[in-house]
Amino acid sequence: MNIITTTLADAPARAPAHDLDHGHDDGSNTVLGFWIYLMSDCLIFSSLFATFAVLAGNFAGGPSGRELFDLPYVGVETLLLLISSFTFGVAALNMYADQSSKVIAWLAVTFLFGAGFIGMEIQEFAHLIQEGAGPGRSAFLSAYFTLVGTHGLHVTAGLIWLAVMMHQTWRFGLDGVVRRRIACLSLFWHFLDLIWICVFSFVYLRGVL
Amino acid sequence: MLDRTSPARVAQPAARAAHGDLKTYGIGFALSLGLTILSFGAVMGGLVPHGMMLGAITVLAVAQLLVQLVFFLHLGAAPAQRNNTVIFVLTALLIATVVSGSLWVMHNADTNMMPMQMTPERAMSKD
Repeated sequence: MNIITTTLADAPARAPAHDLDHGHDDGSNTVLGFWIYLMSDCLIFSSLFATFAVLAGNFAGGPSGRELFDLPYVGVETLLLLISSFTFGVAALNMYADQSSKVIAWLAVTFLFGAGFIGMEIQEFAHLIQEGAGPGRSAFLSAYFTLVGTHGLHVTAGLIWLAVMMHQTWRFGLDGVVRRRIACLSLFWHFLDLIWICVFSFVYLRGVL
Repeated sequence: MLDRTSPARVAQPAARAAHGDLKTYGIGFALSLGLTILSFGAVMGGLVPHGMMLGAITVLAVAQLLVQLVFFLHLGAAPAQRNNTVIFVLTALLIATVVSGSLWVMHNADTNMMPMQMTPERAMSKD
């Protein structure tokens, strides 16, 4: 009983302070929250990587990575994604320098490199399926398509987000909301490049050893 | 109204470390490119003895992850990034547990499994 009355008595006193906290949110909490989302996404990828690592040797009489993977092709994909990460950095720097038209231009360059990456990946998947090495062929290929496909879906989502942010920057200028969204997208885009480093190292390069 | 001043304050040099400059992005890009070329070169050109290949790839991948975390995602010990860094370190710990634990457990299950007579062809024909 004593506890309840104390809590009730405290409640009104605490409420204004609580409101004040909300009033001071300048968007850094949003970026921190987005970072926590990215880390949970990291855990999804880590379980997909673990699954792939466990199943990497289960070819079920089908083709292995050595027969399927074309390293120079993967190298070009890697280059496209790495360049797009750098061009996004330039876009972010222009955002801090308040150059909205340059931001749109560099986001467009990033979009082109990202789209090139996705185009090459779709081509690669289509080629594998045509050769009869689709996701249903073996446990190795199921794990491969799930892992690489999940990364590809993330990049596709990033491309849609890039297009939306180019439009918003053009329509609203670089206001607080647009800046915050571009800051989140920047984390997302660099994060996808990080995942790709693990993909090309532990899926492709390890696959041909 | 107070909020209006916040973006300007964030853009001040004090917060420069939080988003870097062209030089940090350039260094990060050059290092990443070099490490990528080394990884591909090691496997395609056979620069490393075969037994050490997996170790070499892993070291190069971890190096490139660190380069990109520092130069592109601006992780570090500065107050502005400390939250992000701590959360990342915790996540890295979870990832290491999930991945190494899965490999360990599944390897044990694999080596201790009863010998099986079924071939992949017979398993797939579902008889």
